[in-house]
Order: sequence, then structure tokens, then C-alpha cells
Amino acid sequence: MASVESDPILVVSDLRQEFVVTRGLRRTRFAAVDGVSFSISSGESLAIVGESGSGKSTLARAILRLVEPTSGSVSYRGRDLLALNAAQMRAARRDLQMIFQDPYASLHPRRTVADIISEPWRVHPGILPRTEWDARVLELLHQVGLPPSYAAQFPGPLSGGERQRVAIARALALSPEVLVLDEPVSALDVSIQAQVIRVLMSLQQELGLAYVFISHDLSLVRLIADRVAVMSKGRFVEVGDVEDVYTAPQHPYTQALLGADPALMDSLDGDDPGDIAPELRERGTP
Amino acid sequence: MSTGKDAPMPNAIARHRPASARWRRLRLLRRSPFTATMAIVLAIIALTALVVPPFIADAAEQQNLALRFVEPFSLDHGIAYLLGADALGRPMLLQLVMGARTSLMIAVSAVVLAGLIGYAIGMFSAYVGGWVDAALMRIADIIHTVPSLLLALAILYVLQPSVTNLILVLVFTRTPMYMRVARARTLEVREGVFVEAARAIGSRRSRIILHDIRPLVTPTILTVAMLEIATVILTAAGLSFLGIGLQRPDVDWGMMVADGRGYLSSAWWVTVFPGVAVVITALAANVLSNWLRAIEDPTQSHLFAKPLPAEAPAPTSSANLGSLS
Amino acid sequence: MNPTASLDQQPLLDIANLTVTFPSEHGPVRAVRGVNLRLRGGESLAILGESGSGKSVTGKAALGLIGSRVRLTGSIRFEGDEIVGADENRLRALRGRGIAMVFQDSLDSLNPVYTVGSQLEEILRVRMGRSRSDARREAIALLEQVGITSPETRLHHYPHQFSGGMRQRVCIAMAIALRPRVLIADEPTTALDVTVQAGILRLLKRLQRETGMALIFVTHDLNVARLVADRVAVMYAGRVVETGPIDEVYRRPAHPYSRALMHSHPSAATSWSELHPIPGNGPSKSVVVAGCSFHPRCPVATERCASEDPPMLAVEPGRSSACHYAEEVLRGER
Repeated sequence: MASVESDPILVVSDLRQEFVVTRGLRRTRFAAVDGVSFSISSGESLAIVGESGSGKSTLARAILRLVEPTSGSVSYRGRDLLALNAAQMRAARRDLQMIFQDPYASLHPRRTVADIISEPWRVHPGILPRTEWDARVLELLHQVGLPPSYAAQFPGPLSGGERQRVAIARALALSPEVLVLDEPVSALDVSIQAQVIRVLMSLQQELGLAYVFISHDLSLVRLIADRVAVMSKGRFVEVGDVEDVYTAPQHPYTQALLGADPALMDSLDGDDPGDIAPELRERGTP
Repeated sequence: MSTGKDAPMPNAIARHRPASARWRRLRLLRRSPFTATMAIVLAIIALTALVVPPFIADAAEQQNLALRFVEPFSLDHGIAYLLGADALGRPMLLQLVMGARTSLMIAVSAVVLAGLIGYAIGMFSAYVGGWVDAALMRIADIIHTVPSLLLALAILYVLQPSVTNLILVLVFTRTPMYMRVARARTLEVREGVFVEAARAIGSRRSRIILHDIRPLVTPTILTVAMLEIATVILTAAGLSFLGIGLQRPDVDWGMMVADGRGYLSSAWWVTVFPGVAVVITALAANVLSNWLRAIEDPTQSHLFAKPLPAEAPAPTSSANLGSLS
Repeated sequence: MNPTASLDQQPLLDIANLTVTFPSEHGPVRAVRGVNLRLRGGESLAILGESGSGKSVTGKAALGLIGSRVRLTGSIRFEGDEIVGADENRLRALRGRGIAMVFQDSLDSLNPVYTVGSQLEEILRVRMGRSRSDARREAIALLEQVGITSPETRLHHYPHQFSGGMRQRVCIAMAIALRPRVLIADEPTTALDVTVQAGILRLLKRLQRETGMALIFVTHDLNVARLVADRVAVMYAGRVVETGPIDEVYRRPAHPYSRALMHSHPSAATSWSELHPIPGNGPSKSVVVAGCSFHPRCPVATERCASEDPPMLAVEPGRSSACHYAEEVLRGER
């Protein structure tokens, strides 16, 4: 992996994201993110793995205040993002960007690739002089491995992998230091996933970006992450270096996850006890 | 790392839709002969109403009692009387053209005004949310539930019938629909991931609404507006028929239908021709509007598919030679 | 591998030169172009392909589930009877009894306004003529067989009251209710969490053992295919490009696409720099490529590949590949 600075660039502390749920006449508070803490340094990749309902997508959005956390702190270079007002937060967004899961929905269908990539400069005037926009768009396209002719295209004809790379180019337009990636390759074919992963990893090496990488794909995580956090029911049940967690998982849920991963299973021998470890996952539904 | 030296450095990156997308509507129109015909009919009516009236205005108003109730479908009195004459001897064909101008002008004005106002308010309502949104929507509901004809009757009773007042009444009664559609579509588009992406970049809410959401709401409004033209033509005709829409010398199709009402058994053409004109125009607008909606709807894509060629296309591979496992 | 399967047996399902053409706005789209597959009794075959490969369409065609506007040519024989062009009555008789199917979206597959029990019982009463009480008993037994606890209570639950994995088990129960000889599973676990997936896969294997039915498992996941199937048919751009025993194909692929697929998968690498993506984009529905459909992206393509579409030929006993250089690829010389 890339060389890692020692001081953490992002420190998340006891982050909570609660929703109020009305069932009939009762109103209960439901914690999608139930007290999560972690830190990450420049150049480092922290993977967050979990199944559906674990809260990992909500966590990704809470870190960037795309949903408002209920409590806790998200400290970027010493400043708590949750304490910023709207204008300050908008400015802070330059440093922390997000890549979304669905490449078919995350790009505006009626804007050209060039417009999509240069949108951040429109939103934050003063970062890049207008005269330099086109050149920088072409540079970014080159960095993600797309030909310059794509600049004038609309997203429609582009494939999933190409769109995701456009999304990466857009995210890089503001020269962020942290990228939160919410299952960035899950919607892509495996042979295309590799294209996007290579782009992401070489960019990280080159630019020293910190990645918070949300995924459910354990074999992928093993390749790209330095550390991994296993999330279930809104909490981290285990955190550690990737190799340590994969070879010697401590928490039963981690063990269950690793035991059920097809890439790590030799065969299907063994009993089928219904769902494996349902009590570790389920939340009220039978 | 990248100097971009392998890329030509354009001063501006061209913006273009791929050619296939630009002409898609035209291509698909060619494949639907009925819709294409309706579109042409509408175009002819609109063009006639636009271009011809200045030339025939005087001739259309020419009262000639000697030519009262001349029968249609004969050229004895000249082409102007091809469709007969009305109670005052005015040529039907020319009156129809004048009526077309009035009817279409009223319809288009009403639709454009109602559309713009409703669009703006609807998007604003969705943007602001909260009690303002709720209040605006309740107002829209109230206007919408009152039967528009009654409302129009009441308003036009107070204000005198005229083209302007008719348009005003139509705008007032039709705006709520655009408000609702714009608001609903805005809320729907707002859920898209690209909107979340815009927030992640730091876009303000206002920019997101105007810059990102608006281009996706406009087509929906346009399609609705097209359908509205049909509705408004009918409504205006109805109001004029009742005698509260316009007064002579303004004439529209509805009024012409009313004028001929008393002579249905003896001179049917005075009523029937303007009635037919209303129906054809409204129908054409209706058909076109449905088509516009259908071509954007993926679940109806099978309607626009090119039929498969008659004989099966030759397979490009030599199919299955050799042993198989 | 089912010990009773023998090489002399007439194939249970024999698909020959299947071509499926869809009408579209842009002209005819050939989702499946000349596919040949054979399935023997009790066998477990994986149809492996990425998006645009035509794998799902192939699976649905076997049950006659392709829509009326679509053109099907070629032959699909089940136990010797032709399915292509068969009338609706024959197809109906076949569905569920001879061939049954499980889909990816279990919520979509079930009727939301009827209890799971009534949907199961309806199948048993209408298709097998069971009485109400017999149907009820059999439904409970089926739910138990697919691993649903407290089946007597769960019978009265509605589909939305089940979790995804449990619901998929219900769909499987409905599929095997009539004891089909072939079960086609179209990405049944793709939408499920990995811990739930393992249970479903084990269930399918167990059912196969218990009932002797054959299984066609359509998937894009290499590892899942390996766990479930004995043999694999790799599909690309509407054609089968390679078939053979699954472990063999994975270990020593005989087609550049299969090989590239193995090499691009994370489980084959120890670091990200070892990931070898397949360059370019997947096959497009509207553009028809001359010659071999993989050649634009193939690392070892030659001029011959651009003009001649390779036929499917045997490279070893039990293994076939559609590549001009299949044997060299197999031996690692290319």
C-alpha cells in the first residue's frame, strides 16, 4: 500500500445517526449508526465491510454530513465538521469527496462529461480560473484513463465502468484529501471492476489520498485495504489490519462473514442450519 | 504525470448530443404514421391560423344577405364559399380561419401563461417545503375542485366577456395543474443520486433546483402543456358557446357553434364545421401529447421497436459443428 | 457429480443453435446467438457470464418465458420434446413439472396479497389435484424441506413478512413443489447478503441430492458457480464460448475470455496490481461485431479472429471452446 503518514487526517468519534420510526402509535428511535469511532491517515485505506442493514451506507453519508448525524464528531485536520455552519461546511466539502454506488444514477443525464467534471469549479468560484477549466478536464480524464473525446459526450452511451471513472474525475476536481467510496464497484461486472480499482489505487499512490472504502466484497477488500472495520447493526464489531482480521478473526460475526464468503469457501459441505448467524444480523424482521 | 500533450488542446470543448439522439423524435415519428399525420394536421392548422388571417380579415366579415345560408361543397360563389355561408352571408371557410386564429391564440396564451406561472410556483413550493408548500397545495386543490366552468361563469359574469378576460379565466383555472405536476416531478427528481452528488460537491439548494433539477422537470411540463392545449381549446369553445367567452367582432369556433345552433336542421354546416374544427385540433394535440409521453417511457418502448425482419437473419457464426460436451 | 449420470444417457435438456432476437427502437437485437447446451439428469451446470452475455435470456427461453414479440429460432428439447414453437398448453404442462425456475427477485416473484401458504397450496391443488388438507400438509412439509422453521405458523404469513433469504427459500419451495426434473436458478442469491447466500446454496445442493433433479445455475459470480456446479458454460455476447468441468475450466481455461475473467477476479490476486482488467467495454446490444465477438478486447486476437467467427469445438474430452486458438490457450502457449 501507499506510504502512510502517522498523524490521522480524519478522526470520527462516537458518531450516531438516529431515525425516528413510527409504528402505529409508537415512536421509537432507531440508530442506524450506533456510536462509531475510527481514524484514518493520508494515503491509508480503511475498508468498512458489512451486510445490508449494517448501517455502512448511512455511516458514509453521515461522515460527509449528507445526512445530519445526531451526535458525535467528525474531525478533519482538527476541525469538527459537525460544528460548521452551512457556508463553512460547503467550503469544507472541497477536501472530502464521495463516490457513489450506482454509476447510472450519480451523473446528471443531461450534462456532458466536461460539464459534470467542471461543476465543482462552478460551485466553488475562485478555485480554478475559467480559462483553465477545459485543460484541467482533459487532464483529469487522462488520469482516470478515459480518452479526451469523452469530454463532449453525455453519460448515456457510457458504460458503468466509464461512468464511475467520470465520477472519480469529478471527485478529484477539487483536489480532496479524503475520498469516501460507497460500494464504488459493486454495480459493475468483475472484469470492469478491475479497471476502476486500478485507477483508484494508482491515484491513491500518486496523490496520497485517504480512502474510506465501503464494501461487502471481502476478497476485494483484502486486496486494497490496509485496515478493515467489520460493521453490524450500526457498530464496529471488529477493527484491525486486514491480514490480521482475515487470518485470525476475533468476533463471531466476522468469523461468520468470512466463513460464508464463496471466495474463501472450499465447498458447500456442512449443514444448512437455515440462515447462518441470523441473530447477529436480524433486526426485528422474522 | 499527464501533460495532455497527446490531447489536442481545444479552446472550448464542443458540446453536442450524438446525432442519433438529436433526431430520435423525428425518426420515431416516421414510424408512427397516425401520430405523424396528426402532427402534420396540427401544423397545417397552426400555420394557417398564423399566416392567412391578415389577408382575409375583411372578406371574412363581409356580410351579404343575398348569400345567406349558401350550401357548402360548391364553387358557384367562389372558393371563399366552399364551405357555405352563415346566417349573415359570411363565408364559412374564411370565418373558420379567423376563428382558428382566435381559438389557437387563446389556447396558446393560456397554456403558456398558466404553464410558466404553475411551473414556477410548483418548483418553488417543492423547494421551500414546510407550511408554505402545504398552503400552496391546498390553494391549488381548492381551485382545482371547483368545477372550472362554474368558476369561469362566475368570473366572466363580473368581468365582461373579452379575449383578455377569457384568457385570464383559463389561466386561473388551469394553473393548479402545472403547479402539481411541477412539484411532483421536482420531488421525484430530487431523490436521484446525482442530486446527492451535487450536494457532496457543495452545491447550494438553489443551484441544485435551478441547475440540476429544472432540466429534468421541463420536458414533463412541456408534455402536459401539449395536452392542455387540447383541453383549453375545448374549454374556451364551451365558454364561448355559452355566450360568456367572447363577443363579436371577436369570433372563435365556440361562438360559431353557438351561432348556428338555431339552424341545425336547415343549415347544419354553420354549426358542424366549427365543431369539427375543434374536435380535430383537440384530437391532434391529444395524440401528439400521448406520443411524446410514450416515447420517453421505457415500459412502452416496445411500441416503437422496429419490427423484426421477415426472414430470420443469417447467424454470423457457423453454428454448432463438432462435438459438444 | 450425480453417480447415476452416464455419458450414454440421452440429455435431459438439449439446447441446439438457440437464437433469441428482440425487436428494439434501434433494430433487432440478438441477445442469444446460436447457443448449444446439454444437461443430463441430476447434473449441475452453471451458466457463467457478465452483463450482456445473454445468460438470463437463455435460462428463460428454456421455460418458454420469452415474450411473444421475440423471435426464437433453434431447438430446445426437454426429454426429447421440442419446446420452441410449442403451444401454450404444452408449455404450461411442462412448467413446474418438468422444468421449474427461481428468479433473482423473490419479492417480485410472489403475490403480495396472498399468504405464502395459499400460494403453495394453490400449486398443489391445481396442478396435482390434491385436496385442501393434503395440500396443506404437503405445503408444510415443503417449507420444512427448504429450511423454514415453524412452517405451520409461517404458512399464514405474507411475502413481505419474510426476510430476503427466507423468501427465496419460499420461492424454491414453490419451484420444487411439483418435483421438477430440472431447476433453473437465475441469480437467486445475487441480491442476498453473503451469510444468507451460503445457506441457500447449501439448500440447493441438498435438494439436488434428495430429489435427483438437475440444476442450471445462472450467475456472474465465479466463486458461487464453483461451489454449486459440476460443469460450467461460459457465455459472452450471446454465445457459449467454453464448456467443461468447472474446476478444470477455472484451472486451465481454454478460451481467452475465460482466462481473462479468472485473472480479473480479486480472489486470484494477492495485490491490486495483479488485477488484470479486460480492456474496453462489454458487448453492446446494438453493435454486431464481425468475426469473434471477443476479438476487440482479446489480448491474443489475430486477423483471422476479426473475420471468422470461431465454431465451438472439442479441445479435450468433455471440454469445448469457441476460439481459433483454443488448444494453444489451453496449453498456455498463447
